[in-house]
Amino acid sequence: MTEQEPLVRNANFEEVNLGLPEKVALLEAERCLLCKDPKCITGCPVGVNIPRFIELLSQGNLSEAAHCLLNDNALPAVTGRVCPQETQCEIECIRGNKGLPVAIGYLERYVGDWVRGHSSQQTLQLAAPSGRKVAVVGSGPGGLTAAGQLARCGHDVTVYEALHKPGGVLVYGIPEFRLPKKIVQEEVARLQQAGVKIVCNTVIGRTYTLPELREQFDAIFIANGAGLPVFMNVPGENFKGVYSANEYLTRVNLMAAYQFPRADTPVLKGQCIATVGGGNVAMDSARTAKRLGAESSMIVYRRTRKEMPARAEEVHHADEEGIQFEFLVAPVEVLGNEKKWVTGLKCVRMQLGEPDASGRARPIAIPGSEFVLPCDVVVVAVGTRANPLLTATCPDLKLNKWGNIVVDDQGMTSLPGVFAGGDIVRGAATVILAMGDGKRAAKAMDAYLRSAPLARSRTG
Amino acid sequence: MPDIVAKAQLSPNVTRLDVVAPRIAQIRQPGQFVIVHRADGAERIPLTIADADVRAGTIALVIQSVGKSTQELVALEPGEAIADIAGPLGNPTELIVSGRALCIGGGVGTAVVHPIAQGLHRRGVGVLSIIGGRSKEWVIFEAELGRLGEVNVCTDDGSYGRHGFVTDAAKDALSAGGIDIVYAVGPVPMMRAVVNLTKPLGVRTIVSLNPVMVDGTGMCGGCRVGVGGQTLFACVDGPEFDGHQVDFDLLMDRLSTYREFEQQALARCKDGICKIGLK
Repeated sequence: MTEQEPLVRNANFEEVNLGLPEKVALLEAERCLLCKDPKCITGCPVGVNIPRFIELLSQGNLSEAAHCLLNDNALPAVTGRVCPQETQCEIECIRGNKGLPVAIGYLERYVGDWVRGHSSQQTLQLAAPSGRKVAVVGSGPGGLTAAGQLARCGHDVTVYEALHKPGGVLVYGIPEFRLPKKIVQEEVARLQQAGVKIVCNTVIGRTYTLPELREQFDAIFIANGAGLPVFMNVPGENFKGVYSANEYLTRVNLMAAYQFPRADTPVLKGQCIATVGGGNVAMDSARTAKRLGAESSMIVYRRTRKEMPARAEEVHHADEEGIQFEFLVAPVEVLGNEKKWVTGLKCVRMQLGEPDASGRARPIAIPGSEFVLPCDVVVVAVGTRANPLLTATCPDLKLNKWGNIVVDDQGMTSLPGVFAGGDIVRGAATVILAMGDGKRAAKAMDAYLRSAPLARSRTG
Repeated sequence: MPDIVAKAQLSPNVTRLDVVAPRIAQIRQPGQFVIVHRADGAERIPLTIADADVRAGTIALVIQSVGKSTQELVALEPGEAIADIAGPLGNPTELIVSGRALCIGGGVGTAVVHPIAQGLHRRGVGVLSIIGGRSKEWVIFEAELGRLGEVNVCTDDGSYGRHGFVTDAAKDALSAGGIDIVYAVGPVPMMRAVVNLTKPLGVRTIVSLNPVMVDGTGMCGGCRVGVGGQTLFACVDGPEFDGHQVDFDLLMDRLSTYREFEQQALARCKDGICKIGLK
């Protein structure tokens, strides 16, 4: 894939990957062996019929390839950019046994982008109106996927979004240089054309409670994300210059703080930024810091490169853009000056021990190894917890001990007709897993709506 | 988009906007706020719901214009609209059900005290309000609070009411006795001074905190405040807290985070670059 040069792109917010040229895409598509028993499909959380869309692409039949892809995946231009293909579909590819697997992600993006340029040829086929009303809470990847599927089934779908723009993490979290916001807007517009209503500025749990929604709708899909940042719980964490990754990225992405003062929302730029964590959100933060003009931007991670949960491509891009990596290091304190501005991170060195519950080697602090990493901004990207606003308004909704919603294998919660998916169920996970949940729940909701008596008529 | 239906200048730098928001008007409770996003490119700012008219479907926003964002907001006129209003957010005020409450408002904080006094009055709780400003023209919500109970006004320069700070009047009211709870909203030094008065007396004191916020739903954690040695989020855990537990130094300090940016934005605004000024 063609990319912007690392030392050019780390000073702008334009997209890093530039997409495959047509000739390369068709050649790459021809590498697919069209396996009779395709393992790649089993690796895909939404079960895209990968060999089929690639076969149609290799024949140059873009319209059919797009039709095939969209049938399984509502947001191909998004997932083609943000999926961890190397641990999902591509790792299963037989081609990978000898040489490189088929670049499924790049091909998905190619077809997804073709759809964007030919939207008039790809209208959603809608079933006859079912007369059933469905609410979707949250307009992130899980909510949008479910909304699209439910609309196709003929249901009357309303999506509620707490922020002023739809897209959830695709808009506030993932930076422009990885996923241009225009793509999210186009995907949302496509859903609206299919009759999906999107209502912003509506916080379920505050503006309306879940019981109120249940009176208005026949079924509900909750996909409000894991919207509560976790901090490190170390001294000095409230000094000026310490951000949660959520805040840092929201300021820059949703509020366009990189354009300050043309945009009104500011962000502390800093000369030397330390981002704590090893996931995609940490990579996004560290790479954003560089683009905001930081002289140095480093990732502080308590395990090694091998254990980092981030996508391989993001780590590779971060490397190229001059992000420094401090591995086997854990912060124990944020240091500040007399005016309480951040001046550094006091850290300890770690060594890896036995695997923990997650299967990854457990990091153990080396006694007496304390040292200081000087920095003036700290971004904490160590995860998120379940946001309690919605669940607090509905005590009957069964939660696990971390506050995540408990669902059955169909995605249904302890309340009949109320389904949930994505991070509010899983804890912090990926875009594609949320989409998989949305797709699965939509199917179960459709079956529920067609079999169950109308909830609304019961409650009057 | 929520339309502005009325506008009033309450003091030299405080403006009231009545905005159409029927759902929020219907369900808002004392102590709750909204996040206001004026237009594309504007900041999201938290504003307390000072009053609501359920029948008209409007809420009252009382805005102290201190920076570019608030100046542009108060430059809007009836007939114009605010792009986005989300709410009601935050936890409702902890209201006592009987007895007598002292409501203390300083400057624009008086508008935040008003819905609390409304809620108390509705429950039959006796309300004594002590409100203050620099001078007569800076005193707001006197008539509204007067409908809910006795009001004592203080001015720093003695141009109206009692000469002195609200804390002076509060001290007298507290020593007269019979106060079951205190609600204090205003500048941080004022709230701190009130808390210093009530703590030794053991009178429960609720304060409303106004840290920097972005989303207002718990997502960003920018509104971290220290309460009882714990870090809490003002947007989902507050915005009102037990004043005796609040770390006011931390609040003051974190409020100063973007001072340089605010001055830069304001200077640009004064130079006529700001959008509203160009009209």
